[in-house]
Amino acid sequence: MKKKTIETSVGIFFLLGLICVGYLTIKLGKMELLSDNSYMVKAKFKSVSGLKQGSQIEMAGVKIGAIDSISLDKDDKALVKMKIKKDIVLTDDVIASIKTSGLIGDKYISISPGGSDIILKSGDTITETESAIDIEELISKYIFGKV
Amino acid sequence: MREPFIQFKNVFKSFGENHVLRGTELSIYKGEITTIIGKSGGGKSVLLKHIIGLLEQDSGTIMFEGRPISDMKKAERKALKRKCSYMFQGTALFDSLTIFENIALPLKETTRLSDSEIDRRVKDKMDQLDLNDIDEKYPSQLSGGMKKRVALARALVTDPETVLFDEPTTGLDPIRKKSVHEMISNYQQKFGFTGVVVSHDIPDIFHISQRVAMLDEGRILFEGSPEKLAQSSDPAVKEFIQGLYAGNDTCIQPDKKVDK
Amino acid sequence: MSQISVLINPITALGKWIIFIVQEMGRIAIFFLKSFCLMFSRPFQIKKIFQQIHFIGAKSIFVICLTGAFTGMVLGLQGYYTLVKFGSAGFLGAVVALSLIRELGPVLAAIMVTGRAGSAMAAEVGIMRISEEIDALDTMDINPLRFLISPKLAAALISMPLLTALFDVVGIIGGYVSGSVLLGLSGGIYFTRIETSVEMTDVSGGFIKSFVFAAVIVTICCFQGYYTHTRKEGFGAKGVSLSTTSAVVMSCVTILITDYVLTSFLL
Repeated sequence: MKKKTIETSVGIFFLLGLICVGYLTIKLGKMELLSDNSYMVKAKFKSVSGLKQGSQIEMAGVKIGAIDSISLDKDDKALVKMKIKKDIVLTDDVIASIKTSGLIGDKYISISPGGSDIILKSGDTITETESAIDIEELISKYIFGKV
Repeated sequence: MREPFIQFKNVFKSFGENHVLRGTELSIYKGEITTIIGKSGGGKSVLLKHIIGLLEQDSGTIMFEGRPISDMKKAERKALKRKCSYMFQGTALFDSLTIFENIALPLKETTRLSDSEIDRRVKDKMDQLDLNDIDEKYPSQLSGGMKKRVALARALVTDPETVLFDEPTTGLDPIRKKSVHEMISNYQQKFGFTGVVVSHDIPDIFHISQRVAMLDEGRILFEGSPEKLAQSSDPAVKEFIQGLYAGNDTCIQPDKKVDK
Repeated sequence: MSQISVLINPITALGKWIIFIVQEMGRIAIFFLKSFCLMFSRPFQIKKIFQQIHFIGAKSIFVICLTGAFTGMVLGLQGYYTLVKFGSAGFLGAVVALSLIRELGPVLAAIMVTGRAGSAMAAEVGIMRISEEIDALDTMDINPLRFLISPKLAAALISMPLLTALFDVVGIIGGYVSGSVLLGLSGGIYFTRIETSVEMTDVSGGFIKSFVFAAVIVTICCFQGYYTHTRKEGFGAKGVSLSTTSAVVMSCVTILITDYVLTSFLL
């Protein structure tokens, strides 16, 4: 009897704990349980300031992937590796641009669709990119009338 | 002269300002029961704890089978502990375990015996010590005397070669006291173990012991057979023995000793 | 006596004190390493580990849920009124979740476990010490560290991350209750913000902390109990009570100190 209660309570504890761990790691931490449901695409930007690992990648406002890593390339440009969902097809003339949600919100990458027939494979590079719009620069240009 | 099994050579031990052992010299021989008597708080338990390595002396040597304990390697100390059992004055039973688990503990943790074999041995010991129908009870549910016997059963369950008893009979009624004494002596006759007993049960304990040592002020005042103790002329020894019989005229009668 | 000697030679006293502290640290470290290594010695003490998980983990569920819920709620409340001033109440989810997952979850769960299980461990081991049960183990050739401490350590290492996760999730729900249900922020925004702002490094950092805290709690609390008999201020029951007190205080202080050190490493 006593042993049974120990087993039950330890079982409940494990169940509760593991559900919480699962929620934190998979839902919030975006842990990939099945790694093969996405493919990797690279893109080079002049500046990625504000962009973070794990930031969203959107196409027409719909989330299609997340940023896997950001590093500095040999030619002093930012190399961004993106994980795109497997069922999303990108062509080689898509444009990747860094956008901001709201005035001071998070940065994300928006991909505008292209019209080419050549489909990007895993490891390919998006050639056309737009870096973030520097709001401070814009405002100063406006103020000093250089626009 | 026989080779002593355990030998204390000029052992000193202090706890802060309290000098407990001051040059203790004692020999314990194999296959004999040696009783240590002396005033309460005189360091008898401390002496026992040195044998099994619970305490370490400040100076002097303690020899076990001719080898100093302090020089022993880890494996040798382990072997020593396997050979020895210690019965604590305060029983030191595990409050969170049942009586059965308490007695079975040394077998369970240090041997590879099967559960049924452990069960058999524990039940055996419990029968011998008149501990029936308390398997599932906890130590706190037992009387002091019963706890003593459980502690005794735990000390003996591994069939050790050497057993150190720290006041095994204190707090027992006269009948149980006698049965514990008988059990110790039977065991010794059967298995020939070496026993070191700290006891105040004079003269009963003399009937089962071959040697008596009296510890006083951290030194061994007397060492020898119970018969010799009665004839000792040392005033301190006399005082101690007689103090125990104050109001009781009968003296120790060595001829009452149980025949082996 | 000692006060006079302090007056006569403060440098000697300081030196003695420093030597004592260093030795104590060394003893704690050895105590931990031995218990940790003995966790892996065969045969594994599965039954005892489960009993300890029951005691450390399962019995703490209620208190962890309660403190977690109210911590989350107060974070929601405070965060909302602060963020509303900057017109960014929408970030409430991020504020609540990040502060819980990174800091408050591991630290507060560890402090609650110290209070609930750590104090009991110190008292239990301390009583076993003064009733000579630990000496008895030693004479039976049973390693007291393996028999008593290792199962507790293993159980704590398993339980603490789970309790921390529970604390985090209940806290996030608490933040939702005060932020959305009571103050009217949209629940969707609250949870979307959490999902976009929390990174795997935050979650794993929190778990690393909870593992370290588990080791800290068991080591310090059991250490205090295990060496009850060496206390100079009190013996017997008094010694156990002193050990329990210093176990809780030392363990809480050490948790907060290691938290700072770990945070500076993890950031």
